[in-house]
Amino acid sequence: MHWIPATDSDVEKMLQVIGVNSIEDLFCDIPQDLRLKDWKLPPSLTEIEITKKFSDLSSRNSSKKICFVGGGYYDHYIPAVVDYLSQRGEFVTAYTPYQPECAQGTLQAIYEYQTAICRLTDMEVSNASLYDGGTALFEAVLMALRITGRRNITVLPGLNPLYLQMLKTHMANLDVDIVEGGDPAGCACVIAANPDFFGNVNDFTSLAEKAHQQGALFIIVVYPVSLGLLKTPGEMGADIVVAEGQSLGLPLACGGPYLGIMATKREYIRKMPGRISAMTVDNDGRRGFVLTLQAREQHIRREKAMSNICSNQALCALRALIYLSELGKSGIQQLAKYCYSKTEYMKKQLSKVKGANVVNKSYTFNEFVVRLDKPAEFVVKKMNEHDILAGIPIKSYLNALKVSSPRKDYMGVEFGEEGDLLIAVTEKRSKEEIDLFVDKLSESLKD
Amino acid sequence: MELIYEKCRGRKAFDFGLLDVPEASFPEMLKRKLPPELPEVSELDVVRHFTHLSRRNIGIDTNFYPLGSCTMKYNPKIADLVSNYPGFTSSHPNLYYIESLIANLSGAMQIVYELENMLSEISGMKEVSLQPMAGAHGELAGVLMVSAYHKHHGNFHKRIVLIPDSAHGTNPASAAIAGFEVREISSNSRGTLDISEFKREMTEEVACVMLTCPNTHGLFEDSILEIADIAHSKGALLYYDGANLNAILGQCRPGDLGFDVMHFNLHKTFGTPHGMGGPGAGPVGVGEKLIKFLPGPRVVMKEDGSFSLVYPEHSIGKIAPFLGHFLVAVRAYVYILMQGGEGLKSISRYAVLNANYVLARLKEFFPPAYDRLCMHECVLSTEKYLEHNVKALDFSKAILDKGFHAPTVYFPLTVKEALMIEPTETETKETLDQFCDAMIELANLAVHSPQTLKEAPKTTPVGRLDEVKAAKELNVCKQATNRDV
Amino acid sequence: MYPEDVRYTETHEWIGEEDGLYVVGLTEYAQEQLGDVTYVELPEVGRHVRQKEPVALVESVKAAEDMYAPVTGVIVEVNEALEGEPELINFDPYGRGWCFKMDDIDLAQFKRLMTREAYEKYLKSL
Repeated sequence: MHWIPATDSDVEKMLQVIGVNSIEDLFCDIPQDLRLKDWKLPPSLTEIEITKKFSDLSSRNSSKKICFVGGGYYDHYIPAVVDYLSQRGEFVTAYTPYQPECAQGTLQAIYEYQTAICRLTDMEVSNASLYDGGTALFEAVLMALRITGRRNITVLPGLNPLYLQMLKTHMANLDVDIVEGGDPAGCACVIAANPDFFGNVNDFTSLAEKAHQQGALFIIVVYPVSLGLLKTPGEMGADIVVAEGQSLGLPLACGGPYLGIMATKREYIRKMPGRISAMTVDNDGRRGFVLTLQAREQHIRREKAMSNICSNQALCALRALIYLSELGKSGIQQLAKYCYSKTEYMKKQLSKVKGANVVNKSYTFNEFVVRLDKPAEFVVKKMNEHDILAGIPIKSYLNALKVSSPRKDYMGVEFGEEGDLLIAVTEKRSKEEIDLFVDKLSESLKD
Repeated sequence: MELIYEKCRGRKAFDFGLLDVPEASFPEMLKRKLPPELPEVSELDVVRHFTHLSRRNIGIDTNFYPLGSCTMKYNPKIADLVSNYPGFTSSHPNLYYIESLIANLSGAMQIVYELENMLSEISGMKEVSLQPMAGAHGELAGVLMVSAYHKHHGNFHKRIVLIPDSAHGTNPASAAIAGFEVREISSNSRGTLDISEFKREMTEEVACVMLTCPNTHGLFEDSILEIADIAHSKGALLYYDGANLNAILGQCRPGDLGFDVMHFNLHKTFGTPHGMGGPGAGPVGVGEKLIKFLPGPRVVMKEDGSFSLVYPEHSIGKIAPFLGHFLVAVRAYVYILMQGGEGLKSISRYAVLNANYVLARLKEFFPPAYDRLCMHECVLSTEKYLEHNVKALDFSKAILDKGFHAPTVYFPLTVKEALMIEPTETETKETLDQFCDAMIELANLAVHSPQTLKEAPKTTPVGRLDEVKAAKELNVCKQATNRDV
Repeated sequence: MYPEDVRYTETHEWIGEEDGLYVVGLTEYAQEQLGDVTYVELPEVGRHVRQKEPVALVESVKAAEDMYAPVTGVIVEVNEALEGEPELINFDPYGRGWCFKMDDIDLAQFKRLMTREAYEKYLKSL
């Protein structure tokens, strides 16, 4: 029995005050025949036993291999201060700031996070975060449906297939048609991704205009790190921006927790789901922060609420804020430049390899597709033997997600042949690692 | 306190070093015009800023936090430590979907597999999926499965979800987002579901009944078997909101009570940190009827003991990109293994003991909404102090000055001037006594010096905040100085 | 608190005739329940609405309540002053805090709405 401090004498005194004879008497409302007799659960372990068991489990994951896998989630370096500061108990063990007077740390951090997201995306307002990129996109679509009153949405080619699948699951009952294509006529919104799943970078300014002419909203999915370099959603005229925030100081962690970023124009702030921190003053005129526009949320509006969301990823948002504060204005630009340059270097080296051709026709940021003479799944398997995680074999990956292939990008280029491999290069990959990758790839193509 | 943006003096905290490959040029037309105005401070500035911010918060680690309905129990540090093992933090989740690389995630899949099985045993449900990322997300996954189930059986007329008026707001919101029409059922004078109203509303069109048990009045629905029979006789499924699972852990199991689908809140029942409001985790459990509809993919063990992923036959699809909030799951698994079967049973025993002790000590001063034994939390009311113009809100502020986080106030909506107190099993009798003494002192002050409560809090970093100003001005972002937006 | 010359609904709207149009607002009871109003979302001018249809949203820091059309008719004017000063609903619910005006209304419905006396009795029953 861990972490229960009551002593026998405590229990005796407490039962006396309550006026019952035993703890058992407190469960009298549960009908006797429903009471659990026994269950098959193991006996308690000690901390020492726990560390042994989990060290073993941890070592069954291969975390030390050189990672060129991306697909919307990236192996970036996390500065030491991010872990150090975000692990403080006053952050970790607090809950939703329902009592703002004793949660100013949380509320100011959220306000600063919202500011960072607005500045990164060039948008006017951000919420305090949602679960992840995929659910943020779902919430953005609900927002567009509410704002326009329309019942169709259209998705540009190149959206991350994980998001597409999550969107379909979440919207199964909403009687909304999801059209893959990108023609905004009659649609609540057009959804584009920049960079897209295949790494392509585009300027969607004219598409945003076209959407607006048709009365549709323009939603863009971005990769936050790329905004150290790329044209911003605000500059393109986006109405809603969503992103997976994992790249901003969150570990890959076998799938989460991550961070759903959402930002929009000021005129839509009341249609935006989730928590929002606002600056105000206290009764002495001192600066302070509170959650605002809460009346729209589920605990008050119930079935009429904007969303059923009851939490935000506050601790993950805090990590992103610390990360962005640590990198700062110069660091985020340096990071984006390094990711881009290393990727271009990798492309250049690959161009010398027989049997490997880059498929993308557009500029890319830190990810691209190479078409190999051999099945990508085979090559990836070979490279794994050299402790290199070579990338995502697109065809079998799409198959695993139950998404049809081939898939096109915005320019009409098709991806999804047997040999197509999606490769990501972050700032963590050194020149030596990239050269090693190219060497081993050439070798496995010769096999 | 200054914003970090107000501390910028053109300094740099971090540098990525020299670029070891040639710098590549990028076309101007695809570049952003102005750099993002992120902080320009030193690393020590960053450390001090966030350390100072943390000191403007209270958490379980610093104060008693009896926030009703939130189960703010101690978060074991061993669980945090273990979740930071490199195999867990550094592994790329897309390897799940790459056949030749999936073995690199064997440890993760084993944890997911074992924890799902353990949660099944704990809840009496047949199978569990860790995918949903929070309690409300678990509810959504649950009602989406209910919908898929009825459609699969051709019952398209089942469009209504029944929910008691005492339920958490997420229940009706989730049902609405899943496309259902919501009908509310009243509570009776004992604080439980009004069975006669329930029978009247229980038509063939009802797809699902969502219950919290014990309910948000802190009371066990003692007619649960009758409710289950009535719902099932009309072909409806029964949903268990696991928010209050801490009360019955090891005493009875939702699966044995007749529930068909449920969600867990790992951050409540299984001690994972609340993190200022997230990330939590909301696994869904299902009975026989819904197994084939679970979100996919699921981890299965092959004959050779290795793991692979499969989609259930009629899966609703992906509710999360991967297998859920993995690091939260690791913490919960550590918690469960350390408690063991017997330890888990004591959790509910001591949680219920502590809640009843607080109820017994306070009920003379704050009459309970329903005067009977409670489960893991008690719902009191400050209504009698309204004549002194003191509201539940004033008590919640004044208790902060006594060194405690406030209880939940104004919830459930069914109780006037509600004060919902959930002490949890991890608090000592001394702490509970100090809290009760402080509450009783406030009750006296409310009568003799109401102004003291009205002026509270005075010891917190800021006093009462102007929420009207916040909502009207909507200052939610510090404008960058180089922008004219 | 409750003027004689207007009619009332169970959802706490009042409606009264003024220069041939019908003015709609929230009652004293409603504004008291809401607390400080911080935002009002008004309907589109020209919109045809049916009785009991939600047409506006009134938000305070603790609540967000729909406002319903008291009768079937057309929205012909909205109170734009509420955009900058939503608190007018609190300070002057029957005067400067009016919400919208209707025309072509269903007079039979109007006549069936509660009188002041009936509404006050109704409030006592809540």
